[in-house]
Amino acid sequence: MDNFAKQSWAGLRILLAFTVLLGVLYPLAVWGVSRLPGLHARAEARDTALVAVPREGERYFAPRPSAATLPASGGSNKGELNEDYTRVVAERRAAVAHREGVGEDRVPQDAVTASASGLDPHISPEYAALQVPRVARASGLPVEQVRALVAAHTHGTFTTTVNVTALNRAIDAAGR
Amino acid sequence: MSPLVAGLVQVGIVFAALAVAYRPLGDHMARVFRAESHTKLEKAVYRFARIDPDAEQKWSTYAYGVLGFSFAGIVVLYLVQRVQSVLPFDFGRGNVQPGMAFNTAVSFVTNTNWQSYVPEAVLGHAVQMIGLTVQNFVSAAVGLAVATALVRGFTRSRTDRLGNFWVDLTRGTVRILLPIAFVGAIVLIAFGVTMSLKSGVDVDGQIVANAPVASQEAIKELGTNGGGVLNANSAHPFENPGEWTNLIEIFLILLVPVSLTRTFGRLVGDRKQGYVLLGVMGVIWTAMLAVIWTAEANGLRPLEGKELRFGVPGSAIFADATTGTSTGAVNSLHDSYTGLGGGAALLNMLFGEMTPGGVGTGLYSILVMAVIAMFLAGLMVGRTPEYLGKKLGRKEVTAAAVSILAMPAVLLAGAGVAAVLPSTRAALNNPGAHGLTEILYAYASASNNNGSAFAGITVTNDWFQSSLGLCMLFGRFVPIIAVLALAGSLAAQRKVPVTAGTLPTTGPLFASLLTGAVVLVAALTFVPALALGPIAEALQ
Repeated sequence: MDNFAKQSWAGLRILLAFTVLLGVLYPLAVWGVSRLPGLHARAEARDTALVAVPREGERYFAPRPSAATLPASGGSNKGELNEDYTRVVAERRAAVAHREGVGEDRVPQDAVTASASGLDPHISPEYAALQVPRVARASGLPVEQVRALVAAHTHGTFTTTVNVTALNRAIDAAGR
Repeated sequence: MSPLVAGLVQVGIVFAALAVAYRPLGDHMARVFRAESHTKLEKAVYRFARIDPDAEQKWSTYAYGVLGFSFAGIVVLYLVQRVQSVLPFDFGRGNVQPGMAFNTAVSFVTNTNWQSYVPEAVLGHAVQMIGLTVQNFVSAAVGLAVATALVRGFTRSRTDRLGNFWVDLTRGTVRILLPIAFVGAIVLIAFGVTMSLKSGVDVDGQIVANAPVASQEAIKELGTNGGGVLNANSAHPFENPGEWTNLIEIFLILLVPVSLTRTFGRLVGDRKQGYVLLGVMGVIWTAMLAVIWTAEANGLRPLEGKELRFGVPGSAIFADATTGTSTGAVNSLHDSYTGLGGGAALLNMLFGEMTPGGVGTGLYSILVMAVIAMFLAGLMVGRTPEYLGKKLGRKEVTAAAVSILAMPAVLLAGAGVAAVLPSTRAALNNPGAHGLTEILYAYASASNNNGSAFAGITVTNDWFQSSLGLCMLFGRFVPIIAVLALAGSLAAQRKVPVTAGTLPTTGPLFASLLTGAVVLVAALTFVPALALGPIAEALQ
């Protein structure tokens, strides 16, 4: 027991030294570097299209469903055999089909499933294409122009996705 | 690119990056733990802590060092959370409740990083930095130190000295983890990971919580810790904004555990001894990836709980990396995985975290399993088993068995009690077999110091906070004490010469034996429990 107490005191002292080094100096050094021009705006997520939040109005593209309670992030954590949740997904599918005026079989997976973060900024090109006619109608923009904006915001090396946050801002800019 | 090709390319990129880093980092770590001299920074730390860095310790003193340091860590981290309201950057989130503060303190000190709290609502930046970030480093360095001590047990002879815990701890921190984490954090910021002292950022009229993410993200992955700065962990776009950050984070998770096999080979003076361990880890890891990936690609709702930018392959690779090491960070929600995919992630932990396992913990766990494998081989041929020139007698095999059996004992006891408690029903997020898997996964994660979760389960009642806390403690420290005892008795022996009767431990025979031991021990222990949870769900 003496030995344990002695080692605990030594442990406490070295922990204090580490707290200064790793808990104060290290994060502040990283933060300091993140103030450099070029990194600063990213570090603050300023003007960010990293995350999506739903926007009111028919003239915007809808992001994926979210199970998050802002400002916190999070997902549904529902298993695939959860019957209650299967009903929720079916209701979402019907709602999307109704909103876009298409058959339920044309509604893609990402339109009815919640992402892990609840802030997923992306939708699939299929889901974007599905929304183009409605967005064009509600925003008064020509379908061709909306389609071009979608194409301009479609990216990805391994997975092709459409950034819905940036896309909606482009819709705003075009409508002005 | 089709998803299959895209996934294979991503696996290829991660493997290639690991291959490039393997030799330089492995050799660097071997030099660090063999070095005679101390750097200026280290000398300053030793002077401040009043530690004699040149005093070598017996195994028991080394173990008291680990326990004393961890005990001090738990006390300090508990207190820091309990007085959060007087610290800066707390954003009015208040003092953390006692049960939650205990669970979180144990969780981060044991390198588990199980999170019963929602970070955005509970923790401010000060606790994240001076509390959690510090333990992200030092809990990983403890694993490195214990692994180093065990290797010294094999390489030294006729001594009762295993090195100095404080020196190993400090060197692992300042010469290995700190420089890589610093560079990693800057690279992550360049690719879009955030680093802000503000509490949140306005996005199209709504506030989304922000934090000093990058500095903790880097060490969270590198130290195989896994505790998210934000609730969605590495699924959150601020922690993991794109396809490339995803690959960088997977690389950081695997970097040290994989490279340590090279370090091991260098330290024992035969690099092939390290390669064979890497081969076993790699075969099991890749097989488990195939299972998770296939299962998820063929699920009913493959995108539920997954981020579109990662897709199924990018999520499956991350899930395999995080559960095959003791990391526990997630970029997708394992609770929404299929029966087979989620079951495979669970099985990865039930292997005992050695494919490739956590920083240091993976190496010492697979070495313990190698002792068991050689013991089994010895029984088959009726000869006293040897490994790396040391005889494996009653003492050594007993220590190895205690180390291996601690995790299943606390896991099954905890999960068994939780399953019959009336209060558990309200804690579950899914009915049926999937609900049982939520319980099993929680106790597997705690007992293996992984930290990932079937996160739908609500673990904030007193039973879960305290029982999971105890599982983390026993799952961490019983094996460590047993491993150090094993190291002590190995170091005391003299080396036995290689003879015609010695089973070589660098060839395919040994690799098969070791793979068999890893799989069989887990299968014999857990098949009944798995049959009621993930297997039952997969068959529905």
